[in-house]
Amino acid sequence: MTQKNRLQGGLIDRGQSYTFRFDGKKMTGHAGDTLASALLANGVRLMGRSFKYHRPRGPLTAGSEEPNAIVELREGARQEPNTRATTAELFDGLVAKSQNRWPSLAFDALSVNDRLSSFFAAGFYYKTFMWPAAFWEKLYEPMIRRAAGLGSLSLQNDPDSYDKGFLHCDLLITGAGPSGLAAALTAGESGLQVILADEDFVIGGRLNAETFSLGDSLGSDWAAQTVARLRSMPNVRVMPRTTVLGAFDHGIYGAVERVSDHLAVPEADKPRQILWRIYSKRSLLTAGALERPIAFENNDRPGIMLASAMRAYANRWAATPAQRVAIFTNNDDGHRTAADLHAKGVKIAAVIDTRPGQPISIDYEILHGEIIDTAGRLGLRRITVRLASGETREIECGALGVSGGWNPNVSLTCHQRSRPAWDENIAAFIPGGDLPSGMTVAGAARGVFSTHGALTDGAEAAARIAADLGQTATKPELPKAEDAPIQITPFWHVKDAKRAWVDQQNDVTAKDVKLAHQENFVSVEHLKRYTTLGMATDQGKTSNMAGLAIMAEIAGKSIPEVGTTMYRPPYTPAAMGVLAGRSRGKDFRPVRKTPSHVWAEEQGAVFVEVGNWLRAQWFPRKGETTWRESVDREVLQTRKSVGICDVTTLGKIDVQGTDAAAFLNRIYCNGFAKLAVGRTRYGLMLREDGIAMDDGTAARLADDHFVVTTTTANAVSVYRHMEFVRQCLFPDMDVQLISTTEAWAQFSVAGPNARKLLQKVVDAEFDISNEGFPFMACGEITVCGGLRARLFRISFSGELAYEIAVPTRYGDALIRRLMREGQEFDVVAYGTEALGVMRIEKGHAAGNELNGTTTALNLGMGRMVSQAKDSIGTVLSRREGLNDADALKLVGFKPVDPSKKVPAGAHLMTIGDPVNAAHDQGYVTSACYSPNLGHHIAIGYLKSGDQRLGEVVRLISPLTGFDHEVEVVSAHFVDPEGERLRA
Amino acid sequence: MRYSGWKVIKEALTGHRGWGPAWRDATPQAQYDYVIIGGGGHGLATAYYLAKQFKQSRIAVVEKGWIGGGNVGRNTTIIRSNYLLDGNEPFYEFSLKLWEGLEQELNYNAMVSQRGILNLIHSDAQRDAFTRRGNAMILNGADAELLSTQQILDRYPFLNVNDARFPIKGGLAQHRGGTVRHDAVAWGYARGADQCGVDIIQNCEVTGFRIENGTVKGVETSRGFIGAKKVAACVAGSSSRLMEKAGMRLPIESHVLQAFVSEGLKPVLPGVITFGAGHFYCSQSDKGGLVFGGDIDGYNSYAQRGNLPVVEDVAEGGMAIFPMLGRARLLRMWGGIMDMSMDGSPIIDRTHVDGLYFNGGWCYGGFKATPASGYAYAHLLATDRPHETATAYRFDRFAKGRMIDEKGMGNQPNLH
Amino acid sequence: MIINHPLLGPRDAAEFVYKGDAALIHRPDGMAPDALESFIEYGYLRDNPAGEHRELWFHEQGDRSWLVVSRNTLTHEITSVELARDVARREGRSK
Repeated sequence: MTQKNRLQGGLIDRGQSYTFRFDGKKMTGHAGDTLASALLANGVRLMGRSFKYHRPRGPLTAGSEEPNAIVELREGARQEPNTRATTAELFDGLVAKSQNRWPSLAFDALSVNDRLSSFFAAGFYYKTFMWPAAFWEKLYEPMIRRAAGLGSLSLQNDPDSYDKGFLHCDLLITGAGPSGLAAALTAGESGLQVILADEDFVIGGRLNAETFSLGDSLGSDWAAQTVARLRSMPNVRVMPRTTVLGAFDHGIYGAVERVSDHLAVPEADKPRQILWRIYSKRSLLTAGALERPIAFENNDRPGIMLASAMRAYANRWAATPAQRVAIFTNNDDGHRTAADLHAKGVKIAAVIDTRPGQPISIDYEILHGEIIDTAGRLGLRRITVRLASGETREIECGALGVSGGWNPNVSLTCHQRSRPAWDENIAAFIPGGDLPSGMTVAGAARGVFSTHGALTDGAEAAARIAADLGQTATKPELPKAEDAPIQITPFWHVKDAKRAWVDQQNDVTAKDVKLAHQENFVSVEHLKRYTTLGMATDQGKTSNMAGLAIMAEIAGKSIPEVGTTMYRPPYTPAAMGVLAGRSRGKDFRPVRKTPSHVWAEEQGAVFVEVGNWLRAQWFPRKGETTWRESVDREVLQTRKSVGICDVTTLGKIDVQGTDAAAFLNRIYCNGFAKLAVGRTRYGLMLREDGIAMDDGTAARLADDHFVVTTTTANAVSVYRHMEFVRQCLFPDMDVQLISTTEAWAQFSVAGPNARKLLQKVVDAEFDISNEGFPFMACGEITVCGGLRARLFRISFSGELAYEIAVPTRYGDALIRRLMREGQEFDVVAYGTEALGVMRIEKGHAAGNELNGTTTALNLGMGRMVSQAKDSIGTVLSRREGLNDADALKLVGFKPVDPSKKVPAGAHLMTIGDPVNAAHDQGYVTSACYSPNLGHHIAIGYLKSGDQRLGEVVRLISPLTGFDHEVEVVSAHFVDPEGERLRA
Repeated sequence: MRYSGWKVIKEALTGHRGWGPAWRDATPQAQYDYVIIGGGGHGLATAYYLAKQFKQSRIAVVEKGWIGGGNVGRNTTIIRSNYLLDGNEPFYEFSLKLWEGLEQELNYNAMVSQRGILNLIHSDAQRDAFTRRGNAMILNGADAELLSTQQILDRYPFLNVNDARFPIKGGLAQHRGGTVRHDAVAWGYARGADQCGVDIIQNCEVTGFRIENGTVKGVETSRGFIGAKKVAACVAGSSSRLMEKAGMRLPIESHVLQAFVSEGLKPVLPGVITFGAGHFYCSQSDKGGLVFGGDIDGYNSYAQRGNLPVVEDVAEGGMAIFPMLGRARLLRMWGGIMDMSMDGSPIIDRTHVDGLYFNGGWCYGGFKATPASGYAYAHLLATDRPHETATAYRFDRFAKGRMIDEKGMGNQPNLH
Repeated sequence: MIINHPLLGPRDAAEFVYKGDAALIHRPDGMAPDALESFIEYGYLRDNPAGEHRELWFHEQGDRSWLVVSRNTLTHEITSVELARDVARREGRSK
């Protein structure tokens, strides 16, 4: 196909031709084209189908506000639905497909909806599909869902990468048209750190789409020269292809830079896009204005577009939608399009102006009237004009440029809930009060529409900002430019149209607006939600204004009385990939590894995620085919001889100062003041609301020095809590805290041979005999000939056990040394599973038990809560609801039939009671197979459990299919007297 | 006017000229039996059930803006009853049952769509907790099913299991959960209430309470004094601001929760899915938009907008489980103000002022509660006794230590 | 948001963890006869103003200071930031 609608001139690079395919058809375009401009040049007007009625549509705009020409760009895993053809840069080999049609764009079966449109009026769904009741979900909704949506995802993983970054500047300028460029020059020369961002790939905004000159140059040339000047300034960063998405608090803006979207695939090691968080002292919005259409009968045919878009296609891209075009306008701007296209050799069939008394042109006919219908199923063929005289004329044309005036592009001003204000002079909304802090608006974005006005306004705004920030700014010499006044008579829609489209993507007509009014959906919020006006991918940039105006007219109110157009972030839709950046797949969250990780990997350990930590779960050995075999072996061997487990992940907090003991007395509900140096004590922390927060140990290394341990899960929150108590509640206590979780590698060495093994590494001068270092002793020692270490005789497993800590960098060496020295005892390494089994066998509470609703009483530690001191949580733990007579108590369970499991998550019922929530007696929290006992065991909470030992209760888990009897037993399954740990 | 198949066809053929207002714009009368403050989903549902179910009359709903403009107009549309605790589960199950009959009840298609909700499980401890929850649901008469990873993959084949930072070890499904066309809930209840004679008064802001000798006499509004025997506050998000006018401090903080929708896409997600190792949940609307959300921003706010870190966090969660979402585009984001209560559960109760009632503290869970909240509040207003499913939602539960703390986070509202 | 840390200068709010109303500094005396009543109020009731709010933030990914930040809950504008310890001392939590 030849480029039959390619004109002369333009900013495209004719030396570089690209071939591309649209719906399989091969065409050529040039560097500098967008997909839409290339398609138009090739004579293609039909580019998409609308959402509801599947009406044939072509581009309405030449920018990111496009509602109609949206396509699936690229193929395979890079397929990108709903991509605006009007902003997609052409590259060689580009492939695009039209969407929301079947079987083809020209023949779409669902366009039958269009014929049935009288049934699908606004709010139709709410009134129907209810009979019979069951049919909604079985028939109607599946039908609707099948037809729903626009483009499709590939369902393959996105192969491209995305980056994120931070930028800081004095001034962020959004939009690089005349006012943005003038502002950047001014601010740049004043010495401010400036970022100039524009969504387009060519800087200059409308300057590239117009023919008038700036000084002696073409507007586009002046823009190019100015960009070159700005790029030469080290304090100015020019960012094309960068959309500022949103204005957030305190001068922070989110922006997406499309690094590679103009290429077939990103260059090696380059991201597709970058999310920039721009931290600005001040910002200047120079985002220009968007032209708005006029609603009239069948105003949506391919070939009908905004007059400014038609002009941009002709001037910038040297493309025209047709060789014979007409213009429909209510303001002077429409006439510019006619003049420019005429100058390019395009035949102007007529200019229809809604205003009387327009000057006559010698080149083409200018009519006073309005368009009352159009013809052409897949592309415009003819328009019907009703002249002011009452006469009707039919005019043949392949395209129609429509100009209903311009709306300042106020989107970003609304992101912090500032409401735009109505300006009668330009019949449009301009930025209101209470703008995001630090934001100024200049140029067309605040209704200063002439080129001269925009240049001056931008420069002056930047000069004021520079002065505010303490720089002296001189206004740069600006070129002379057109300064035409605004001549507009508001005209929103042609009356009495049957189907005049207001929101083209969502197929909302002027009549739908009327129906919404008739049904009392009058406020702009109701209008929007009831009709879906402005809810499409363009967020109503070209439609909200007309909808509002029509509603005002029907309601007999002024436009500002009916409401205003508000916008939320993002300015244009942003890829999920760029918002997520590198946090994907395995990199979703950072991984924390324990000091023995490398060693454990060498042993073939299976790892498990514990928060962000990876911990060894078990260590399979040759011949073991199930995880249970490994875990059973680790448990049995530890209880028989000795086992080692990396417990570095437990939180460790160093507490120092003369008030350290008094401080811990506040933190823990049990007493710590009298703990002797060299001793360790179990401590239970309550939240201030009296619920158990965490448990662990505190070891007193010196009068003024404790080491507190926390659970792995709560290491961060407990530290935060302790700092709160220290800084906010008791600011004068002499106590310092530091988290040393990462500073110490810590291993549990447990089992009857634990001491013998440790004696091989602990330096001889330290007596760790049972007498010299009894149960709950602690101390600072040295190992392996002088390496400083800490030793705690504490036991989670119930065995004779120690935890030994060395500086983290020696952790790997220590585990290797211990395992080597332990060979004579057949030492095993054990993972979190065996750790869990042994603690359940001992009835120790862990995360499953400390679930944020359990009290000391529930844990069987009610008497530990000292009433003689004012520690955190004591007072509120006295409330009646936390002290019910039949409170849940932590107990053990064993199956009556020893072959049965006692699964965690099961509920407990009194035998004979009905099985329902009202009779619920409790639940199982943690369960395992006990290799020592030879059957499954569990611990959990049972109402008055401590008084029900020996009772048989019914365990039920309808979710997982369990219903059998278990016996209530003490949670201390192994060595209930605690003889082993004191051995 | 009743909607029927016949009526729909007739209007389609005659240019829709016969449709009347969905509800009347009423002007305030001098005196009502009941004044409900707040024309959101809960307030309108309360008015509807009060009139329809409890046969009360002389009812007004006063709304400072337009009805349905609060959280019922800005949520992620999910309904479910997958709660753990006895104080909550019967209430939410009652709500789900009301949802199931809502369209026929209201003669208004709110598009209740029971496409199922799925909570992903990523660890053994999480499976234990979800098992306990699923059992509690079943014991309360709700439905729950534990799904294997393979069963989940059958439904969501593009779920990331091979390159996942946190493995997917199954999921807890409630098949009766799903989504509802949220705005339609407000409109449907408004229309239903209006047909029962309720006055819906828009653009009428309550500026104060008239309280004499400990008894409420009515409300001062931007449109003058309106007398009432009983005044029912129902303004979640603004509860503290309103009740301060009656001299109350509440166990509530206001926080912003952001929500998001993508561009319209051909159907990919059959149901609602919740990522259990990050902050992300998602469903797809009947129009094709992916509707998703995550955690609250976490600081007190009345600003109805959030900040970028949460947007990024939510997108990260989405990409973590669905790496095919990379090229889907986020279309719009918005923020709603939540009444975050001290235990994450709501309050439907009398106050220390005779005749003044309170409904609030819904956290981010208010939408799914709309029918039951309205029903239970109407029950309380009409009978002065709490509805049987809402007996735990009392103010004094904090003083008595009977919190309903699903997440176990304690008196830290931003963690619920 | 940006919090202007009194020791470190402006820092992104993402480095901080939020707790809530700065009134939490005023923990009642647990040994007083009316302790239960005052702790219920302290633990559960909040002013929750729409406007100026004094609140506690913890610089978790920073110097681990607790800060008292005065921030407007309608606009998010921050008007003052102090070390919570200084505030606590000034407001009578010294021994």
